[in-house]
Amino acid sequence: MDILNALVTFLNFVVVPATAYGAQLALGALGATLVYGILRFSNFAQGDTMAFGTMITILMTWWLQSLGVSFGPLPTALLALPVGIAVTALFLLMTDRVVYRFYRAQRAAPTILVIVSLGVMFVMNGLTRIIIGAEEQNFADGARFLITAGEFKTWSGLDEGLAIRASQAITVVTAIIVVAWLFWFLNKTRTGKSMRAFSDNEDLALLSGINPDHVVRITWIIVAALATIAGVLYGLDKSFKPFTYFQLLLPIFAAAVVGGLGNPLGAIAGGFVVAYSEVLVTYAWKKVLGYLLPADLAPDSLVQLLSTDYKLAVSFIILIIVLLFMPTGLFKGKSG
Amino acid sequence: MNTRNLILFALVGVLYIATGMFQSWNLALNILNIGLLSAIMALGVNMQWGFAGLFNTGIMGFAALGGLAVVLVSAPPEPGGWAMGGWGILTGLAFGAAVIAFATWLYRRLGKGPVRTLVLFAVLGGGYFAYRAILDPATAAVESFNPAVAGNIGGLGLPSLLAWPLGGVMAAIAAWAIGKIALGLRSDYLAIATLGIAEIIIVVMKSEDWLARGVKNMIGLPRPWPVPYEVDLQQTPAFLEWAANWGFDPAAASSILVKLVYALLFGTILLGVIWLSEKALNSPWGRMMRSIRDNEVAAEAMGKDVTRRHLQVFVIGSAVIGFAGAMMTSMDGQLTPGTYNPLRFTFLIWVMVIVGGSGNNWGAVLGGLLIGWLWLIVESLGPGVMQMLTLGLGEGPLKAHLIESAPHMRLLTLGVILLLVLRFSPRGLIPEK
Repeated sequence: MDILNALVTFLNFVVVPATAYGAQLALGALGATLVYGILRFSNFAQGDTMAFGTMITILMTWWLQSLGVSFGPLPTALLALPVGIAVTALFLLMTDRVVYRFYRAQRAAPTILVIVSLGVMFVMNGLTRIIIGAEEQNFADGARFLITAGEFKTWSGLDEGLAIRASQAITVVTAIIVVAWLFWFLNKTRTGKSMRAFSDNEDLALLSGINPDHVVRITWIIVAALATIAGVLYGLDKSFKPFTYFQLLLPIFAAAVVGGLGNPLGAIAGGFVVAYSEVLVTYAWKKVLGYLLPADLAPDSLVQLLSTDYKLAVSFIILIIVLLFMPTGLFKGKSG
Repeated sequence: MNTRNLILFALVGVLYIATGMFQSWNLALNILNIGLLSAIMALGVNMQWGFAGLFNTGIMGFAALGGLAVVLVSAPPEPGGWAMGGWGILTGLAFGAAVIAFATWLYRRLGKGPVRTLVLFAVLGGGYFAYRAILDPATAAVESFNPAVAGNIGGLGLPSLLAWPLGGVMAAIAAWAIGKIALGLRSDYLAIATLGIAEIIIVVMKSEDWLARGVKNMIGLPRPWPVPYEVDLQQTPAFLEWAANWGFDPAAASSILVKLVYALLFGTILLGVIWLSEKALNSPWGRMMRSIRDNEVAAEAMGKDVTRRHLQVFVIGSAVIGFAGAMMTSMDGQLTPGTYNPLRFTFLIWVMVIVGGSGNNWGAVLGGLLIGWLWLIVESLGPGVMQMLTLGLGEGPLKAHLIESAPHMRLLTLGVILLLVLRFSPRGLIPEK
């Protein structure tokens, strides 16, 4: 019984939140890694693209709510999501046209593009704050729980409850659908194949008649979709605050680098590696160990490796370990 | 310095003078002091980016380390807090460093393979728990000592001026560690790693209360040597007489005088840093740096150790940033980790360097003074301008929202300025020679 209780506690406080967070990071990191693979720079505006897309979705959600539209037990934000994606995609395509294309034509060094993305980050950050403000926004509605802790306790007869919030379930389901679609797209469709070819060897791809502008356009649209979905899921699960989204840049880059920059499969693995490490290291193990160990050995302290303040430090340490021991990442990204 | 550059500097001077005449001299001098500090930081970034092409996004962290140095050196000692666990903390930190050194030694010593991985895991894991076991009781004891006003180990009570070089040294050590790891890999990795280290430094400063009271803030740090206190000035007969002779209000005059002294102090240091970096830029070392920046492969073929040189210039530039960060905390008289924001401390400095002219020291200074002025003037004028722009709108939530969002306008403006300069004048206002 104690072992089951320990397992349920572990599932409830580690596995469920880390899986949801990992899925959100994976989607964010996929966006960053796609930009890296196709456009060949680290996009510092990734966090703020997520914030921008989420903001549009929130505005749309409010509008729908004011009309009395709802999505039953699901959050209204999911209905608003396509609009968020479309507006973000338009914005990114426009940015590409006005800003990035010029440097691509010049074949500017990657560092220049990173600085340019810094400028774009400022603009998106400013726009988001001007339109919706810098404060925290909660926009989740619909059912709150898939299973509540109480229901689980009466069902299983255990002392510990397992709660799965609706937002966590939605996150995982959406992420699976999106990732499955993305891999089908990259591997099976003509456009997806040309994207991969472009990422592998730009010159060869150009020689074989792939239209670079088309590839770049599709990339930005996919990046807008991934960033908006990741941002909305994160916002539903936690809450929306522009500065928090900016700070997601570090775990997202850590995830992309762990998986190997430019490698989509790696970005997903990296997202989960970062999320699980973060939760495992900042989780207080007292309760789980209390169930597993005999009473006289049970710990008095929280048995927390790092305080939750140091969440960001976990991404950073992972990043450092990867840079030290396997700079190309787990899945061999671009190292050159 | 040719005529064109002098005119540019004169124009920026006019901006400051106009601020003094139309707003207040107090504000103008305040902006000037922050502009001078930003210019020194911009010089540090310019060494890394302009001389060597290194992209450092951790400016905020290095500046904050400088601020921490000010607390450690110049804050009044806290003998009670120190007695509770000061030595325990030092032992813990020394032990942690020893574990890392030992693990590094093992890593080099043992051959590649599962044995090495296991041994390293055991050493680092066991070492971490032992480190926490030594450190935690000590920090808890220190933090429990009089937490309302102290709860930290206190400083050394030495003059603030001594803290500035220490701030440089602390930033240099952090830069060395991060550079050692991230340099020599792809160029983006340095940007990502420095972005991370800056966040970590701020998190440590916010949550380790024993160090500098965390978010409870350190206030009342002493001023650096030549700068007087307003209160003292207002009680000095000579000053009162001088103010009366010129017909100044003693309170206003004392506050302006204090700011002028700061401006002189910072200006002198700025000139010193410019002189040194001009010397460095025009020396064989500077030419080597630029040749590495322009063509790493060719420089390597000439026998230059590119990674080593990069590390060198990265450490020096970060030390300059740490030095300026320490000066800033000394001037503020307080260390408030909550106010360190990457947009303000890292990316604003970047805009200064790019707009001023990367690779040119005078450009970085001009950028620092110009963008610093713009950033702060918009802060003080923004709400008023927004009020005027929205005059035609009826009262309502939209108008309130627009006025409220005026401060965010400067993020947008700076972004647009950065993009425009990068696009149409990538060499900046004062281009590299």
